[in-house]
Amino acid sequence: MGINYFLILALLLFSIGVAGVLLRRNAIIVFMCIELMLNSVNLVFVSFSSYLGNSIGQIFVFFIMTVAAAEAAVGLAIIIALFRNKETINIDEINILKW
Amino acid sequence: MNYYEIIFYVFAVLTVVSAGVVVFSRNIIYSAFALLFTFTGVAGIYVLLNADFIAITQLLIYVGGIMILLIFGVMLTTNVTNVEITTQTLKALPATIVVAIVSALLVSTMVSTKWAVKDPISVESTTINQIGELLLTKYLLPFEIASIVLLIAMMGAAFLARKN
Repeated sequence: MGINYFLILALLLFSIGVAGVLLRRNAIIVFMCIELMLNSVNLVFVSFSSYLGNSIGQIFVFFIMTVAAAEAAVGLAIIIALFRNKETINIDEINILKW
Repeated sequence: MNYYEIIFYVFAVLTVVSAGVVVFSRNIIYSAFALLFTFTGVAGIYVLLNADFIAITQLLIYVGGIMILLIFGVMLTTNVTNVEITTQTLKALPATIVVAIVSALLVSTMVSTKWAVKDPISVESTTINQIGELLLTKYLLPFEIASIVLLIAMMGAAFLARKN
């Protein structure tokens, strides 16, 4: 199997993630779609690492996973703090910085 | 069609369909659980690509850690009494155009680039030895910085979510 199969799969995942970030207005769904996009990038890293025969791409996947875990913890803390203050997580209503 | 391709298509369909459910489901709990299947499907693809340790890490961190965090977030922020109103069709046209542009750009890059890859995947027994050696020699500094990032993120999340 050529590498294009894996690249097309990652591309589909990334496009679905972009669509979710743009279409949905729930902050947690937007968050999940960002995780989808991170996963598709990881998939590209792993497929190139495998097809090039060295493991450096997999090291990058580890660092992306670390940052994704940190992002998940801090992002969900922010969403929960927002919900406590405004009683909503609709990102269209969270606009107090806009004037 | 050999077994490798069949397994690839099974995991690919699982991944893409459940990713679609994540985006287009009306119920946020369905989205969260569909995301679990997406992560599992991606882990299966990692196994097919001979990245066994990454696959296990994916299962542990994403399915075991981030999914639990997300489900906690869903339960803490969703009002059970009122049904979530989706405003999905509000900005559908510009969003579709942007998605089409992004996909077209990615497809054209993928098709027009001549990737310098070897065709068959070399089957090695495990990648853990190489990964461990690289992490503790060439990539030692990023490895240590990653631990500091995780520590700071933990303290920041505890501080932000605290009731005061």
